[in-house]
Amino acid sequence: MWYAHTPSEAEAREARMGLLTDLRNSISRAVDRMFSDADPKRIGIYGPPNAGKTTLANRIARDWTGDAVGPESHIPHETRRARRKENVEIERDGNSVRIDIVDTPGVTTKVDYKEFLEHDMEKDDAVRRSREATEGVAEAMHWLREDVDGVIYVLDSTEDPFTQVNTMLIGIIESQDLPVLIFANKTDLEDANVQRVANAFPQHETIPLSALEGNNMDEVYGKIAEYFG
Amino acid sequence: MPEATPEEAGDGVQIDLISGARMEGLTGMEKIRLILDGVREGNIVVLEEGLSPDEESKLIEVTMTEISPDEFNGIEIETYPHSTGRDKGFISRLIGTESPKKLTVIGPANQIETLHKDENLISALVSRK
Repeated sequence: MWYAHTPSEAEAREARMGLLTDLRNSISRAVDRMFSDADPKRIGIYGPPNAGKTTLANRIARDWTGDAVGPESHIPHETRRARRKENVEIERDGNSVRIDIVDTPGVTTKVDYKEFLEHDMEKDDAVRRSREATEGVAEAMHWLREDVDGVIYVLDSTEDPFTQVNTMLIGIIESQDLPVLIFANKTDLEDANVQRVANAFPQHETIPLSALEGNNMDEVYGKIAEYFG
Repeated sequence: MPEATPEEAGDGVQIDLISGARMEGLTGMEKIRLILDGVREGNIVVLEEGLSPDEESKLIEVTMTEISPDEFNGIEIETYPHSTGRDKGFISRLIGTESPKKLTVIGPANQIETLHKDENLISALVSRK
């Protein structure tokens, strides 16, 4: 089926009004940020499932507060609720920043309970996990639109970064005017390719690390303090 | 091209090509409903001009609320890569918008598989239910 439609003058006017509304909202967000420096910034840790988001959140929380954020697992969608660790103060090279870390469920456009059966799960458990995973992804998208001030986007540097989910999410983050750092994780693995990640999103800074092994965390903390501070 | 009735199309895969002009008159939620209603019937939806980032965000959110075991596993979606921030104009960066005009292919996750994708070509394998 083909739909054909010629835009009317009213629709063109509506489009112009939309542009003005976008401009007004953008300025309003910038002003809000200028006057809210005293509050901790909520930094969302986003990325596809199994990129190491919770491992990173735990590493940051343990290094600066002594507590963990949540359980880590190699099974996809271990994190099925957004979790916030408040008042994490990071200091590096004269810069300091107080942030709330928001560890979010991995974002995807599809969830099939059958993939959990491959991890020795009973069907009832797999169905429950998939239902919780879908709720978690929806929640993560809501946080991204409404409730975060900046984003750490975590990618598994052994995987192809040119996926639709990554492209869409980076586009969504950019459209919200949110500052974003790209973290190329799992550099301890032999197949890691940090340059491929950097090439995928050249408009943003890419920092290599291994959250699991704690490699390059000095640079990670330096960039967080500099970028979100 | 002769038109097939829905009964005649029963063994095939329906492809809906939706023009940018058709989508322009719809609200964000109407666009998402149009897409998901088609995809849930097993159709492949091709948007001439794609969705805005905000609409893509809501599409993911609504898709997640509709996933149901053994019935609907979600969607597969492909667009040509976004232009990078370096290519965006000053005004575009200032107001935080990006042209959403990019051909977009959306289908049921269990029926469409991307074979190849680059900045000029999307090649997908579509199977029947």
